[in-house]
Amino acid sequence: MSHNNMNLKLKVWRQKNANTTGAFVKYDVNDISDEMSFLEMLDVLNEKLIVTGEEPIAFDHDCREGICGMCSLYIDGKPHGPWQANTTCQLHMRAFKDGDTITIEPWRSNAFPIVKDLTVDRGAFDRIIQAGGYVSVNTGNAVDGNSLPINKDDADASFAAAMCIGCGACVAACKNSSAMLFLSAKVSHLALLPQGEPERKSRVLNMVAQMDKEGFGSCTNTGACEAACPKEISIANIARLNKEYLRAGLTAE
Amino acid sequence: MLNSKIPAGKLEEKWVDYKGHCKLVNPANKRKMEVIVVGTGLAGASAAASLGELGYKVKAFCFQDSPRRAHSIAAQGGINAAKNYQNDGDSVFRLFYDTIKGGDYRAREANVHRLAEVSGNIIDQCVAQGVPFAREYGGLLSNRSFGGTQVQRTFYAAGQTGQQLLIGAYQALERQVALGNVTMHSRHEMLDVVKIDGKAKGIIARNLITGELEKHFGYAVLLCTGGYGNVFYLSTNAMGSNVTAAWKAHKQGAYFANPCFTQIHPTCIPVSGDHQSKLTLMSESLRNDGRIWVPKNLDEKRKANEIPEEDRDYFLERRYPAFGNLVPRDVASRAAKERCDAGHGVGTSKQAVYLDYAAAIERYGKIEVSKQGLSNVSTEEITAMGKEVVKEKYGNLFNMYAKITGENPYEVPMRIYPAVHYTMGGLWVDYELQTNVPGLYALGEANFSDHGANRLGASALMQGLADGYFVIPYTLGNNLADEIYNTPIPTSHPAFEAAEKAVAERIQTLKNINGKQSVESFHKRLGKIIWNECGMSRSEAGLKKAIADVQALKKEFWSDVRIPGEINEYNPELDKANRVADFIELGELMCVDALNRNESCGGHFREEYQTPDGEALRDDENFMYVAAWETTGEHQWQLHKEELKYEVIKPSQRNYK
Repeated sequence: MSHNNMNLKLKVWRQKNANTTGAFVKYDVNDISDEMSFLEMLDVLNEKLIVTGEEPIAFDHDCREGICGMCSLYIDGKPHGPWQANTTCQLHMRAFKDGDTITIEPWRSNAFPIVKDLTVDRGAFDRIIQAGGYVSVNTGNAVDGNSLPINKDDADASFAAAMCIGCGACVAACKNSSAMLFLSAKVSHLALLPQGEPERKSRVLNMVAQMDKEGFGSCTNTGACEAACPKEISIANIARLNKEYLRAGLTAE
Repeated sequence: MLNSKIPAGKLEEKWVDYKGHCKLVNPANKRKMEVIVVGTGLAGASAAASLGELGYKVKAFCFQDSPRRAHSIAAQGGINAAKNYQNDGDSVFRLFYDTIKGGDYRAREANVHRLAEVSGNIIDQCVAQGVPFAREYGGLLSNRSFGGTQVQRTFYAAGQTGQQLLIGAYQALERQVALGNVTMHSRHEMLDVVKIDGKAKGIIARNLITGELEKHFGYAVLLCTGGYGNVFYLSTNAMGSNVTAAWKAHKQGAYFANPCFTQIHPTCIPVSGDHQSKLTLMSESLRNDGRIWVPKNLDEKRKANEIPEEDRDYFLERRYPAFGNLVPRDVASRAAKERCDAGHGVGTSKQAVYLDYAAAIERYGKIEVSKQGLSNVSTEEITAMGKEVVKEKYGNLFNMYAKITGENPYEVPMRIYPAVHYTMGGLWVDYELQTNVPGLYALGEANFSDHGANRLGASALMQGLADGYFVIPYTLGNNLADEIYNTPIPTSHPAFEAAEKAVAERIQTLKNINGKQSVESFHKRLGKIIWNECGMSRSEAGLKKAIADVQALKKEFWSDVRIPGEINEYNPELDKANRVADFIELGELMCVDALNRNESCGGHFREEYQTPDGEALRDDENFMYVAAWETTGEHQWQLHKEELKYEVIKPSQRNYK
């Protein structure tokens, strides 16, 4: 519970909208408590900008407890900043020290066009889900929840994949802007459960096709996505995705 | 007089009878009918998906960049259902009873019974969608306990039940988008309800990327826009959570019910400084195994681990031996505040109590030893094994605590303090979830109906999904069956034009103020007023002062707020200004309602009305009603009362001792 205050220099990407070119702008922020979250530090800067008549920095954020997946930010070359298994909103200033210069960029990917400053459009993820990331069961069709026992290991593995918060850090971390970790988490979540079985083949084929259509790059297995994932989604899911894809391709009617 | 349209007949037959007799819309007609759903959390996403499946043409709106980000996602602990899988005496009646009692006898019996009836269907539906609930080794669903109950009826997915349920509903929604039954408008905010001939017929929405205003027609408008906890500035709500949609509905004539019923959650991470933008909840499930205490001695200087048992006060176990650490939220919060006010608080701010896992770690360690048939095990080994078990159950919560505070909760007790979490009040709705404005509905936290004066843990997810999956598909049809003869109204209708003009003018007015103070600074000041005078404890004098302060703040806001940027562009400060302006007006109404309610019940604690041992003192004779407020002018509201009739349950003073 120590209080250490620090002075920092920021290099922030500013861009008015998708149709203009952007540039880095330098800011000084002083007297930042190490108990603040990273976004609260940006709040402090924004308040200062507003009062002095400048436009505040636009960045996406909502729950500020690491679960909604809305926050992004590429901080000093890492999606969500220096801490492992963490979102930007949960990053706290004790990760930095007095005098540091911090570079802040938006997610960089052609499939995530910039809206303004640090805010990007991740609608591509929704469209990948629309291509098949669901079980086709209308409300009212369900049988009793316990009529379908599921092996605990499978249920746990499915849950581990379903923990994905759809933030896009995996895409931002990848030199090819591949969305394979995201997609593999979504495919694994349902492929590991008996409920996902009937649509298992069409799901993976359609979702992969949509991913390609959105302009995401190819996977070259560098593992940068796994290292950046705030929910520690395992790269083993990508292996499962490849297996699912191959199996579906070879056995499709 | 308010007509709640509760069906006649025995309590347990009302919903069955209703479903058997309600009017239906045939599939060919559904295809012609547009329905607007605002908000895509559990209530909105489940409603939009279910109505899309039925064949309605749904237009869904959310202010986030994707429907999956709605704040339902942050719910941690679980969802209740009267499955009685544990054979521990649960039933529909008991869930109904616990909810009514937990709500301190200020909820509607018929609504709550229906909620309990459909609770089991929700679990079935979610399992069918592939929601990965926690399971036992036998492959069956696992349960845990939550506050205010003596059975294990809470289903969960580690500490992120909300995200898993929302992803289930979101995937169902996206499936309907792909099928063309739902059109999704993300990064859109509803800024007014359009009424024609007294009925809700559409909305004005603002595209948050371009700033353009849009007119949308619908045969009905469903508000699934969550609660208004952010009126307090600091709360566990997401930064974007707001009351604007509900407040616009209120300004268009919809009654706002029980606004002063807000929930202060006992287990949150304490405030650490002035810069703080939001508070973080630690799931109530932690009270299953954690023990809450403060030092007995005032001016205790020792570290938590150095304070011996005899110098600790486990105040919940002491005051409420029957329920112990699992008393309902309002009771636990007040008890923590009472200890801190008496000078026993811990941490630098002295506004915190300990939540201690040492005993649970030891207990679980010993269970592991006997499970594995080990002997001659050292204390350190038992502790290590216990920590592993605790890690599996609560690991993500412990990690979150460590990240925020920089302390290791496996080694030292966590520090917690109550924080605003949920709002039981909301738009007044009848049994069909329709407000008093025909065609305008409110679902989930946005309505007032099921939780009375205090919500039990793991019941918010249940209510959101009950309303969206299993209630609105029936009740909406019952009303739309009469609308099939009416053709869609073009948005060139004068009512749409006028509404759009009014919204544009308000935005221009806000922008033109061009004052000196930021939106955020006003929001912080509003939050302080409401937290101090309309928070965990309220008094006549304090509320009167708060009303005057909020009125003054409103004046200052409208003359000195500064909004940078342009109207016709992505401008989060402008979005926020719109929301804070509405929060200020709501803040006043909350205080008006709290001042009117001369009793204590649930989360509403008036200092003047308490029992000798400090428990809430209800006044059933004079206040057993829903306070539904109609706006009648600037700073003016008229009270409408809906009498609460308890036909099955006999109200008594809640006793958790």
